[in-house]
Amino acid sequence: MARKGITRRLFAGAALASIPVASMVQAQPARRRVVVVGGGFGGAAAARHLRLADASIDVTMIEPKSEFQTCPFSNYVLAGFKTMADITHGYGALTGRHGVTHVRDMAAAIDPAAKTVRTAGGQTIAYDRLVVSPGIDMRWGALPGYDEAASAVLPHAWQAGPQTTLLRAQLEAMPDGGVVVMSIPGNPFRCPPGPYERISMIAHYLKKSKPRSKIVALDSKDAFSKQGLFQDAWKELYGPMIEWVPLGQDGKVVQAIPGEKTLVSEFGQRHRGDVVNVIPPQMAGRIARDAGLAATEGAMAGWCPVDPFTFESTRAKDIHVIGDASIAGAMPKSGFAASSQAKFVARAIAASLAGGPQEAPVYANTCYSLVAPDYGISVADIFRATPNGIVAVQGAGGVSPRTPKDAAQFRDQEAHYAEGWYASATKEIWGS
Amino acid sequence: MTRFRGTTAGAVFVIAAVACVASAQTIAPPSGATLAATCTGCHGPAGHSAGAIPSIHGRTEADLLQAMLDFKNDRRPATMMNRHAKGFSDEELATLAREIAANWR
Repeated sequence: MARKGITRRLFAGAALASIPVASMVQAQPARRRVVVVGGGFGGAAAARHLRLADASIDVTMIEPKSEFQTCPFSNYVLAGFKTMADITHGYGALTGRHGVTHVRDMAAAIDPAAKTVRTAGGQTIAYDRLVVSPGIDMRWGALPGYDEAASAVLPHAWQAGPQTTLLRAQLEAMPDGGVVVMSIPGNPFRCPPGPYERISMIAHYLKKSKPRSKIVALDSKDAFSKQGLFQDAWKELYGPMIEWVPLGQDGKVVQAIPGEKTLVSEFGQRHRGDVVNVIPPQMAGRIARDAGLAATEGAMAGWCPVDPFTFESTRAKDIHVIGDASIAGAMPKSGFAASSQAKFVARAIAASLAGGPQEAPVYANTCYSLVAPDYGISVADIFRATPNGIVAVQGAGGVSPRTPKDAAQFRDQEAHYAEGWYASATKEIWGS
Repeated sequence: MTRFRGTTAGAVFVIAAVACVASAQTIAPPSGATLAATCTGCHGPAGHSAGAIPSIHGRTEADLLQAMLDFKNDRRPATMMNRHAKGFSDEELATLAREIAANWR
Protein backbone atom coordinates (compact mmCIF):
# COMPACT_ATOMS: atom_id res chain seq x y z
CA MET A 1 0.00 0.00 0.00
CA ALA A 2 2.62 2.44 1.06
CA ARG A 3 4.73 1.66 -2.01
CA LYS A 4 1.77 2.52 -4.20
CA GLY A 5 1.38 5.71 -2.18
CA ILE A 6 4.90 6.73 -3.07
CA THR A 7 4.28 6.01 -6.74
CA ARG A 8 1.15 8.10 -6.74
CA ARG A 9 2.98 11.01 -5.21
CA LEU A 10 5.78 10.66 -7.72
CA PHE A 11 3.33 10.79 -10.62
CA ALA A 12 1.66 13.79 -8.98
CA GLY A 13 5.08 15.41 -8.66
CA ALA A 14 5.82 14.82 -12.34
CA ALA A 15 2.47 16.37 -13.29
CA LEU A 16 3.13 19.38 -11.09
CA ALA A 17 6.55 19.92 -12.63
CA SER A 18 5.01 20.46 -16.05
CA ILE A 19 2.85 23.38 -14.85
CA PRO A 20 4.47 26.80 -15.36
CA VAL A 21 5.97 28.15 -12.16
CA ALA A 22 3.74 31.24 -12.01
CA SER A 23 0.51 29.27 -12.07
CA MET A 24 1.95 26.80 -9.57
CA VAL A 25 2.61 29.64 -7.13
CA GLN A 26 -0.96 30.88 -7.55
CA ALA A 27 -2.28 27.38 -7.05
CA GLN A 28 -0.36 26.97 -3.80
CA PRO A 29 -2.96 27.06 -1.02
CA ALA A 30 -1.66 27.84 2.46
CA ARG A 31 1.87 27.11 3.70
CA ARG A 32 2.54 23.42 4.07
CA ARG A 33 2.28 22.21 7.63
CA VAL A 34 4.20 19.38 9.22
CA VAL A 35 3.40 18.42 12.79
CA VAL A 36 5.88 16.44 14.88
CA VAL A 37 4.75 14.55 17.96
CA GLY A 38 7.60 14.21 20.48
CA GLY A 39 10.74 16.21 21.28
CA GLY A 40 13.32 13.46 21.75
CA PHE A 41 16.11 12.23 19.47
CA GLY A 42 13.60 11.44 16.71
CA GLY A 43 11.08 14.26 17.07
CA ALA A 44 13.40 17.17 17.79
CA ALA A 45 15.77 16.07 15.00
CA ALA A 46 12.86 15.76 12.56
CA ALA A 47 11.57 19.24 13.46
CA ARG A 48 14.98 20.86 13.05
CA HIS A 49 15.85 19.08 9.82
CA LEU A 50 12.46 19.78 8.26
CA ARG A 51 13.16 23.49 8.73
CA LEU A 52 16.72 23.07 7.42
CA ALA A 53 15.44 21.18 4.38
CA ASP A 54 12.77 23.78 3.50
CA ALA A 55 12.28 26.91 5.59
CA SER A 56 8.92 27.55 3.89
CA ILE A 57 7.37 24.62 5.77
CA ASP A 58 5.54 25.40 9.02
CA VAL A 59 6.80 22.94 11.61
CA THR A 60 4.97 22.44 14.89
CA MET A 61 6.45 20.17 17.56
CA ILE A 62 4.05 18.92 20.22
CA GLU A 63 6.00 18.07 23.36
CA PRO A 64 4.80 18.67 26.94
CA LYS A 65 8.26 19.11 28.46
CA SER A 66 10.28 22.33 28.32
CA GLU A 67 13.57 20.41 28.13
CA PHE A 68 14.70 16.88 27.33
CA GLN A 69 16.87 14.51 29.35
CA THR A 70 18.67 11.89 27.31
CA CYS A 71 18.82 8.20 28.09
CA PRO A 72 22.32 8.11 26.54
CA PHE A 73 24.75 9.11 29.32
CA SER A 74 22.08 8.67 32.04
CA ASN A 75 24.01 5.57 33.17
CA TYR A 76 26.92 7.93 33.98
CA VAL A 77 24.59 9.89 36.26
CA LEU A 78 23.97 6.60 38.08
CA ALA A 79 27.75 6.06 38.26
CA GLY A 80 28.19 9.56 39.69
CA PHE A 81 30.47 11.18 37.09
CA LYS A 82 27.75 13.04 35.16
CA THR A 83 24.91 15.17 36.49
CA MET A 84 21.33 15.52 35.32
CA ALA A 85 22.28 18.99 34.05
CA ASP A 86 24.86 17.34 31.76
CA ILE A 87 22.14 15.30 30.03
CA THR A 88 19.48 18.05 29.86
CA HIS A 89 18.83 19.91 26.60
CA GLY A 90 16.41 22.77 25.96
CA TYR A 91 14.44 23.70 22.87
CA GLY A 92 15.65 27.31 22.61
CA ALA A 93 17.65 26.82 19.40
CA LEU A 94 14.84 24.85 17.78
CA THR A 95 12.29 27.57 18.39
CA GLY A 96 14.57 30.63 18.20
CA ARG A 97 17.11 29.90 15.50
CA HIS A 98 15.21 27.31 13.49
CA GLY A 99 11.67 28.68 13.75
CA VAL A 100 9.99 25.53 15.03
CA THR A 101 6.72 26.18 16.87
CA HIS A 102 6.83 24.31 20.17
CA VAL A 103 3.38 23.48 21.51
CA ARG A 104 3.96 22.61 25.16
CA ASP A 105 1.14 20.13 25.48
CA MET A 106 0.53 16.40 25.27
CA ALA A 107 -0.69 14.99 21.95
CA ALA A 108 -3.91 13.26 22.96
CA ALA A 109 -5.38 11.92 19.71
CA ILE A 110 -4.72 11.74 15.98
CA ASP A 111 -7.48 11.86 13.37
CA PRO A 112 -5.85 10.44 10.20
CA ALA A 113 -8.94 11.16 8.08
CA ALA A 114 -9.26 14.83 9.09
CA LYS A 115 -5.42 15.08 9.30
CA THR A 116 -5.46 16.73 12.70
CA VAL A 117 -3.83 16.20 16.09
CA ARG A 118 -5.78 17.08 19.22
CA THR A 119 -3.85 18.00 22.35
CA ALA A 120 -4.73 17.28 25.97
CA GLY A 121 -5.14 21.05 26.41
CA GLY A 122 -7.86 21.11 23.75
CA GLN A 123 -6.02 22.49 20.70
CA THR A 124 -6.67 20.95 17.28
CA ILE A 125 -3.66 21.22 14.96
CA ALA A 126 -3.95 20.41 11.27
CA TYR A 127 -1.15 18.81 9.26
CA ASP A 128 -0.23 17.95 5.70
CA ARG A 129 2.28 15.40 7.02
CA LEU A 130 2.65 14.07 10.55
CA VAL A 131 5.80 12.66 12.16
CA VAL A 132 5.11 10.54 15.23
CA SER A 133 8.12 9.95 17.47
CA PRO A 134 6.69 9.13 20.90
CA GLY A 135 9.38 6.76 22.16
CA ILE A 136 8.37 3.97 24.50
CA ASP A 137 5.80 3.31 27.16
CA MET A 138 6.30 0.67 29.84
CA ARG A 139 3.99 -2.32 29.60
CA TRP A 140 2.79 -1.98 33.17
CA GLY A 141 1.67 -5.32 34.54
CA ALA A 142 3.29 -7.40 31.78
CA LEU A 143 5.70 -8.42 34.51
CA PRO A 144 3.24 -9.35 37.30
CA GLY A 145 3.64 -7.04 40.28
CA TYR A 146 5.40 -4.34 38.31
CA ASP A 147 3.11 -1.39 37.65
CA GLU A 148 3.65 2.36 37.74
CA ALA A 149 3.29 2.46 41.55
CA ALA A 150 5.95 -0.27 41.87
CA SER A 151 8.38 1.86 39.85
CA ALA A 152 8.44 4.36 42.74
CA VAL A 153 10.06 1.62 44.87
CA LEU A 154 11.85 -0.44 42.20
CA PRO A 155 12.84 2.21 39.62
CA HIS A 156 13.18 1.36 35.93
CA ALA A 157 15.17 4.50 35.07
CA TRP A 158 14.58 3.57 31.41
CA GLN A 159 13.23 7.03 30.64
CA ALA A 160 15.72 9.62 31.84
CA GLY A 161 14.46 12.06 34.46
CA PRO A 162 13.08 11.59 37.99
CA GLN A 163 13.52 7.82 37.65
CA THR A 164 17.27 8.30 37.04
CA THR A 165 17.54 10.55 40.10
CA LEU A 166 15.62 8.01 42.21
CA LEU A 167 17.84 5.07 41.25
CA ARG A 168 20.97 7.17 41.87
CA ALA A 169 19.68 8.15 45.33
CA GLN A 170 18.96 4.51 46.18
CA LEU A 171 22.48 3.47 45.11
CA GLU A 172 23.98 6.25 47.24
CA ALA A 173 21.88 5.26 50.28
CA MET A 174 22.77 1.56 50.00
CA PRO A 175 25.22 0.33 52.67
CA ASP A 176 28.54 -1.22 51.64
CA GLY A 177 28.01 -4.95 51.29
CA GLY A 178 24.58 -4.45 49.74
CA VAL A 179 23.22 -6.23 46.68
CA VAL A 180 21.83 -4.52 43.58
CA VAL A 181 19.42 -6.71 41.62
CA MET A 182 18.49 -5.88 38.03
CA SER A 183 15.89 -7.38 35.70
CA ILE A 184 16.45 -7.22 31.92
CA PRO A 185 13.59 -7.85 29.45
CA GLY A 186 13.41 -9.94 26.28
CA ASN A 187 13.72 -8.38 22.81
CA PRO A 188 12.76 -5.91 21.50
CA PHE A 189 13.42 -3.05 23.90
CA ARG A 190 14.98 0.43 23.94
CA CYS A 191 18.80 0.52 23.69
CA PRO A 192 19.99 -3.10 23.36
CA PRO A 193 23.44 -2.48 24.98
CA GLY A 194 21.95 -0.18 27.65
CA PRO A 195 21.36 -2.72 30.43
CA TYR A 196 24.90 -4.03 30.11
CA GLU A 197 26.43 -0.57 30.19
CA ARG A 198 24.30 0.07 33.28
CA ILE A 199 25.62 -3.11 34.96
CA SER A 200 29.14 -1.81 34.22
CA MET A 201 28.46 1.69 35.52
CA ILE A 202 26.82 0.47 38.74
CA ALA A 203 29.80 -1.88 39.24
CA HIS A 204 32.16 1.05 38.65
CA TYR A 205 30.40 3.03 41.38
CA LEU A 206 30.32 0.09 43.79
CA LYS A 207 34.00 -0.73 43.22
CA LYS A 208 34.95 2.83 44.05
CA SER A 209 32.51 3.61 46.86
CA LYS A 210 31.08 0.32 48.20
CA PRO A 211 33.62 -2.39 47.34
CA ARG A 212 32.02 -5.20 49.36
CA SER A 213 28.78 -4.89 47.36
CA LYS A 214 27.69 -6.79 44.26
CA ILE A 215 25.26 -6.61 41.36
CA VAL A 216 23.12 -9.53 40.18
CA ALA A 217 21.62 -9.07 36.69
CA LEU A 218 18.73 -11.39 35.86
CA ASP A 219 18.28 -11.62 32.10
CA SER A 220 15.34 -12.90 30.01
CA LYS A 221 17.83 -13.68 27.22
CA ASP A 222 20.89 -15.87 26.69
CA ALA A 223 22.71 -13.43 24.40
CA PHE A 224 23.05 -9.65 24.17
CA SER A 225 24.58 -6.73 22.32
CA LYS A 226 28.43 -6.43 22.40
CA GLN A 227 28.35 -9.49 24.70
CA GLY A 228 31.94 -10.67 24.28
CA LEU A 229 33.32 -7.17 24.77
CA PHE A 230 31.25 -6.55 27.89
CA GLN A 231 32.06 -9.92 29.46
CA ASP A 232 35.80 -9.58 28.77
CA ALA A 233 35.76 -6.16 30.44
CA TRP A 234 33.66 -7.27 33.40
CA LYS A 235 36.08 -10.10 34.14
CA GLU A 236 39.06 -7.78 33.82
CA LEU A 237 37.67 -4.82 35.78
CA TYR A 238 35.05 -6.09 38.20
CA GLY A 239 35.57 -9.86 38.71
CA PRO A 240 33.00 -11.48 41.04
CA MET A 241 31.30 -8.15 41.76
CA ILE A 242 29.10 -8.75 38.66
CA GLU A 243 26.91 -11.83 38.40
CA TRP A 244 25.01 -12.07 35.09
CA VAL A 245 22.32 -14.77 35.09
CA PRO A 246 21.09 -15.69 31.59
CA LEU A 247 17.71 -17.20 30.69
CA GLY A 248 19.27 -20.68 30.58
CA GLN A 249 20.31 -20.38 34.24
CA ASP A 250 16.90 -19.24 35.46
CA GLY A 251 17.52 -15.57 34.77
CA LYS A 252 14.00 -14.75 33.59
CA VAL A 253 12.08 -12.72 36.17
CA VAL A 254 8.34 -13.55 36.28
CA GLN A 255 7.18 -11.56 39.31
CA ALA A 256 8.10 -8.42 41.23
CA ILE A 257 7.24 -7.97 44.92
CA PRO A 258 7.88 -4.26 45.59
CA GLY A 259 7.08 -4.45 49.33
CA GLU A 260 9.86 -7.01 49.81
CA LYS A 261 12.25 -5.54 47.21
CA THR A 262 12.24 -9.00 45.68
CA LEU A 263 12.16 -10.45 42.17
CA VAL A 264 11.03 -14.02 41.55
CA SER A 265 12.51 -16.07 38.70
CA GLU A 266 10.79 -18.55 36.41
CA PHE A 267 11.75 -21.54 38.59
CA GLY A 268 10.76 -19.84 41.81
CA GLN A 269 14.07 -18.47 43.03
CA ARG A 270 13.65 -15.26 45.06
CA HIS A 271 16.22 -12.49 44.66
CA ARG A 272 16.02 -9.81 47.35
CA GLY A 273 18.01 -6.64 46.66
CA ASP A 274 18.95 -3.60 48.68
CA VAL A 275 18.38 -1.77 45.40
CA VAL A 276 16.22 -3.31 42.68
CA ASN A 277 16.24 -1.94 39.12
CA VAL A 278 13.51 -3.41 36.90
CA ILE A 279 13.79 -2.71 33.16
CA PRO A 280 10.30 -3.82 32.15
CA PRO A 281 8.89 -4.92 28.79
CA GLN A 282 8.02 -1.95 26.57
CA MET A 283 5.84 -0.84 23.65
CA ALA A 284 5.34 2.16 21.37
CA GLY A 285 4.20 5.36 23.10
CA ARG A 286 0.45 5.61 23.78
CA ILE A 287 -0.39 8.19 21.09
CA ALA A 288 0.85 5.84 18.35
CA ARG A 289 -1.08 2.87 19.73
CA ASP A 290 -4.28 4.87 20.27
CA ALA A 291 -4.09 6.16 16.68
CA GLY A 292 -4.07 2.58 15.41
CA LEU A 293 -0.48 2.84 14.14
CA ALA A 294 0.78 -0.19 16.10
CA ALA A 295 0.52 -3.86 15.16
CA THR A 296 -2.04 -5.60 17.34
CA GLU A 297 -0.83 -9.18 17.03
CA GLY A 298 2.29 -11.23 16.46
CA ALA A 299 5.80 -10.87 17.90
CA MET A 300 5.82 -7.14 17.09
CA ALA A 301 2.46 -6.32 18.66
CA GLY A 302 2.58 -2.89 20.26
CA TRP A 303 5.17 -1.52 17.79
CA CYS A 304 4.47 0.40 14.56
CA PRO A 305 5.02 -1.12 11.12
CA VAL A 306 6.43 1.35 8.56
CA ASP A 307 7.56 1.52 4.94
CA PRO A 308 11.34 0.91 5.05
CA PHE A 309 11.92 3.58 2.35
CA THR A 310 9.99 6.41 3.99
CA PHE A 311 9.00 5.39 7.54
CA GLU A 312 5.44 6.14 6.45
CA SER A 313 3.03 4.08 8.53
CA THR A 314 1.68 1.06 6.66
CA ARG A 315 -1.55 1.67 8.59
CA ALA A 316 -2.18 5.37 7.91
CA LYS A 317 -1.33 7.63 4.98
CA ASP A 318 0.82 10.77 5.47
CA ILE A 319 1.88 9.70 8.96
CA HIS A 320 5.53 8.75 9.52
CA VAL A 321 6.48 6.84 12.66
CA ILE A 322 10.16 7.03 13.61
CA GLY A 323 12.43 6.08 16.49
CA ASP A 324 11.88 3.45 19.17
CA ALA A 325 8.14 3.19 18.41
CA SER A 326 8.72 1.96 14.84
CA ILE A 327 9.56 -1.50 13.55
CA ALA A 328 12.78 -0.62 11.72
CA GLY A 329 14.11 -4.05 10.76
CA ALA A 330 17.79 -4.39 11.62
CA MET A 331 18.02 -0.90 13.12
CA PRO A 332 18.22 -0.92 16.91
CA LYS A 333 15.97 1.17 19.13
CA SER A 334 18.56 3.85 19.86
CA GLY A 335 18.55 7.64 20.03
CA PHE A 336 21.20 7.79 17.31
CA ALA A 337 19.13 5.55 15.01
CA ALA A 338 16.04 7.68 15.68
CA SER A 339 17.87 10.86 14.68
CA SER A 340 19.28 9.16 11.57
CA GLN A 341 15.74 8.19 10.55
CA ALA A 342 14.54 11.71 11.40
CA LYS A 343 17.13 13.39 9.16
CA PHE A 344 16.23 11.28 6.15
CA VAL A 345 12.47 11.43 6.71
CA ALA A 346 12.62 15.23 7.13
CA ARG A 347 14.29 15.66 3.74
CA ALA A 348 12.01 13.06 2.13
CA ILE A 349 8.89 14.86 3.40
CA ALA A 350 10.22 18.23 2.25
CA ALA A 351 11.00 16.82 -1.20
CA SER A 352 7.64 15.12 -1.45
CA LEU A 353 5.71 18.25 -0.42
CA ALA A 354 7.63 20.19 -3.07
CA GLY A 355 6.81 17.56 -5.69
CA GLY A 356 10.44 16.49 -5.96
CA PRO A 357 11.78 12.99 -6.59
CA GLN A 358 11.98 10.18 -4.07
CA GLU A 359 15.51 9.04 -3.19
CA ALA A 360 16.82 5.84 -1.63
CA PRO A 361 17.55 6.18 2.07
CA VAL A 362 20.77 5.45 3.91
CA TYR A 363 20.48 5.14 7.67
CA ALA A 364 23.25 4.87 10.25
CA ASN A 365 23.71 3.83 13.83
CA THR A 366 26.72 4.49 16.04
CA CYS A 367 26.53 3.63 19.72
CA TYR A 368 29.26 3.83 22.33
CA SER A 369 29.09 2.19 25.74
CA LEU A 370 31.42 2.79 28.66
CA VAL A 371 32.48 -0.16 30.77
CA ALA A 372 34.61 2.22 32.86
CA PRO A 373 35.28 5.96 32.37
CA ASP A 374 38.46 5.12 30.42
CA TYR A 375 37.16 1.96 28.74
CA GLY A 376 34.81 2.45 25.77
CA ILE A 377 33.33 -0.03 23.28
CA SER A 378 31.12 0.61 20.28
CA VAL A 379 28.77 -0.81 17.70
CA ALA A 380 28.07 0.74 14.31
CA ASP A 381 26.15 -0.09 11.17
CA ILE A 382 25.02 1.40 7.87
CA PHE A 383 21.50 0.41 6.83
CA ARG A 384 19.65 0.25 3.50
CA ALA A 385 15.98 -0.15 2.70
CA THR A 386 14.70 -3.18 0.80
CA PRO A 387 11.07 -4.01 -0.01
CA ASN A 388 11.32 -6.65 2.74
CA GLY A 389 12.62 -4.29 5.41
CA ILE A 390 15.69 -2.41 6.56
CA VAL A 391 18.93 -4.39 6.51
CA ALA A 392 22.48 -3.72 7.68
CA VAL A 393 25.11 -3.58 4.92
CA GLN A 394 26.96 -6.88 5.02
CA GLY A 395 30.73 -6.75 5.51
CA ALA A 396 30.50 -3.36 7.16
CA GLY A 397 29.80 -2.13 10.67
CA GLY A 398 29.91 -4.37 13.71
CA VAL A 399 31.42 -4.04 17.15
CA SER A 400 34.87 -2.93 18.37
CA PRO A 401 37.60 -5.54 17.88
CA ARG A 402 37.84 -8.06 20.72
CA THR A 403 41.65 -8.02 20.79
CA PRO A 404 42.96 -4.79 19.25
CA LYS A 405 46.63 -3.91 19.20
CA ASP A 406 47.45 -1.65 22.18
CA ALA A 407 44.14 -2.63 23.74
CA ALA A 408 44.25 -0.22 26.70
CA GLN A 409 44.91 2.70 24.36
CA PHE A 410 42.16 1.58 21.96
CA ARG A 411 39.56 1.36 24.76
CA ASP A 412 40.65 4.70 26.17
CA GLN A 413 40.38 6.29 22.72
CA GLU A 414 36.86 4.94 22.29
CA ALA A 415 35.94 6.28 25.74
CA HIS A 416 37.04 9.74 24.55
CA TYR A 417 35.07 9.27 21.35
CA ALA A 418 32.00 8.32 23.41
CA GLU A 419 32.13 11.82 24.92
CA GLY A 420 32.62 13.37 21.48
CA TRP A 421 29.80 11.30 20.01
CA TYR A 422 27.39 12.54 22.67
CA ALA A 423 28.50 16.15 22.24
CA SER A 424 28.03 16.11 18.45
CA ALA A 425 24.84 14.03 18.40
CA THR A 426 23.09 16.32 20.89
CA LYS A 427 24.50 19.50 19.29
CA GLU A 428 23.04 18.42 15.96
CA ILE A 429 19.57 18.19 17.52
CA TRP A 430 19.31 20.67 20.41
CA GLY A 431 22.48 22.76 20.00
CA SER A 432 22.63 26.38 18.94
CA MET B 1 -4.79 4.57 -12.80
CA THR B 2 -8.22 5.25 -11.36
CA ARG B 3 -9.98 4.43 -14.63
CA PHE B 4 -8.80 0.81 -14.43
CA ARG B 5 -10.78 0.21 -11.24
CA GLY B 6 -13.32 -2.58 -11.45
CA THR B 7 -11.48 -4.55 -14.13
CA THR B 8 -10.51 -8.17 -13.63
CA ALA B 9 -8.12 -9.32 -10.94
CA GLY B 10 -5.58 -10.12 -13.67
CA ALA B 11 -5.59 -6.58 -14.99
CA VAL B 12 -5.25 -5.19 -11.48
CA PHE B 13 -2.24 -7.45 -10.95
CA VAL B 14 -0.60 -6.16 -14.15
CA ILE B 15 -1.18 -2.57 -13.08
CA ALA B 16 0.28 -3.28 -9.64
CA ALA B 17 3.34 -4.84 -11.26
CA VAL B 18 3.80 -1.84 -13.54
CA ALA B 19 3.45 0.46 -10.54
CA CYS B 20 6.18 -1.48 -8.72
CA VAL B 21 8.54 -1.20 -11.65
CA ALA B 22 7.72 2.48 -12.01
CA SER B 23 8.46 3.18 -8.36
CA ALA B 24 11.69 1.17 -8.44
CA GLN B 25 12.83 3.18 -11.45
CA THR B 26 11.86 6.55 -10.02
CA ILE B 27 13.64 6.17 -6.68
CA ALA B 28 16.92 8.02 -7.17
CA PRO B 29 20.16 6.79 -5.60
CA PRO B 30 21.08 8.47 -2.28
CA SER B 31 22.02 12.12 -2.77
CA GLY B 32 25.14 13.72 -1.34
CA ALA B 33 23.00 15.30 1.38
CA THR B 34 21.53 11.94 2.39
CA LEU B 35 24.95 10.29 2.49
CA ALA B 36 26.44 13.19 4.45
CA ALA B 37 23.66 13.03 7.04
CA THR B 38 25.20 9.74 8.22
CA CYS B 39 28.39 11.63 9.21
CA THR B 40 27.02 14.51 11.27
CA GLY B 41 25.80 12.52 14.27
CA CYS B 42 29.44 12.02 15.33
CA HIS B 43 31.37 14.65 13.34
CA GLY B 44 28.88 17.42 14.14
CA PRO B 45 26.62 19.68 12.04
CA ALA B 46 28.39 20.47 8.74
CA GLY B 47 31.39 18.55 10.07
CA HIS B 48 31.98 20.91 13.01
CA SER B 49 32.58 18.45 15.84
CA ALA B 50 31.49 19.40 19.34
CA GLY B 51 34.07 17.17 21.04
CA ALA B 52 36.84 14.59 20.68
CA ILE B 53 35.80 13.23 17.28
CA PRO B 54 37.68 15.05 14.48
CA SER B 55 35.98 17.86 12.59
CA ILE B 56 35.81 17.18 8.86
CA HIS B 57 34.81 20.54 7.37
CA GLY B 58 37.08 22.66 5.17
CA ARG B 59 38.93 19.75 3.56
CA THR B 60 39.52 19.07 -0.10
CA GLU B 61 37.51 16.55 -2.05
CA ALA B 62 40.66 14.58 -2.88
CA ASP B 63 41.80 14.34 0.74
CA LEU B 64 38.37 13.30 1.95
CA LEU B 65 37.98 10.63 -0.71
CA GLN B 66 41.49 9.27 -0.13
CA ALA B 67 40.88 9.07 3.63
CA MET B 68 37.58 7.26 3.23
CA LEU B 69 38.95 4.80 0.67
CA ASP B 70 41.93 4.11 2.95
CA PHE B 71 39.59 3.46 5.88
CA LYS B 72 37.41 1.22 3.72
CA ASN B 73 40.39 -0.84 2.55
CA ASP B 74 42.04 -0.99 5.99
CA ARG B 75 45.06 0.99 4.80
CA ARG B 76 44.55 3.56 7.54
CA PRO B 77 44.05 2.56 11.19
CA ALA B 78 40.90 3.67 12.96
CA THR B 79 38.67 2.74 15.86
CA MET B 80 35.40 3.35 13.99
CA MET B 81 35.80 4.72 10.44
CA ASN B 82 36.93 1.44 8.89
CA ARG B 83 33.63 -0.09 9.98
CA HIS B 84 31.56 2.81 8.58
CA ALA B 85 33.43 3.27 5.29
CA LYS B 86 32.76 -0.34 4.28
CA GLY B 87 29.05 0.49 4.27
CA PHE B 88 29.37 2.59 1.09
CA SER B 89 30.29 1.89 -2.53
CA ASP B 90 33.34 3.71 -3.96
CA GLU B 91 30.95 5.80 -6.06
CA GLU B 92 29.01 6.81 -2.96
CA LEU B 93 32.24 7.76 -1.18
CA ALA B 94 33.10 9.96 -4.17
CA THR B 95 29.67 11.63 -3.97
CA LEU B 96 30.17 12.08 -0.24
CA ALA B 97 33.61 13.65 -0.65
CA ARG B 98 32.24 16.05 -3.28
CA GLU B 99 29.29 17.01 -1.06
CA ILE B 100 31.40 17.64 2.05
CA ALA B 101 34.14 19.56 0.23
CA ALA B 102 31.56 21.76 -1.52
CA ASN B 103 29.31 22.55 1.43
CA TRP B 104 31.07 22.07 4.76
CA ARG B 105 33.20 25.18 5.18
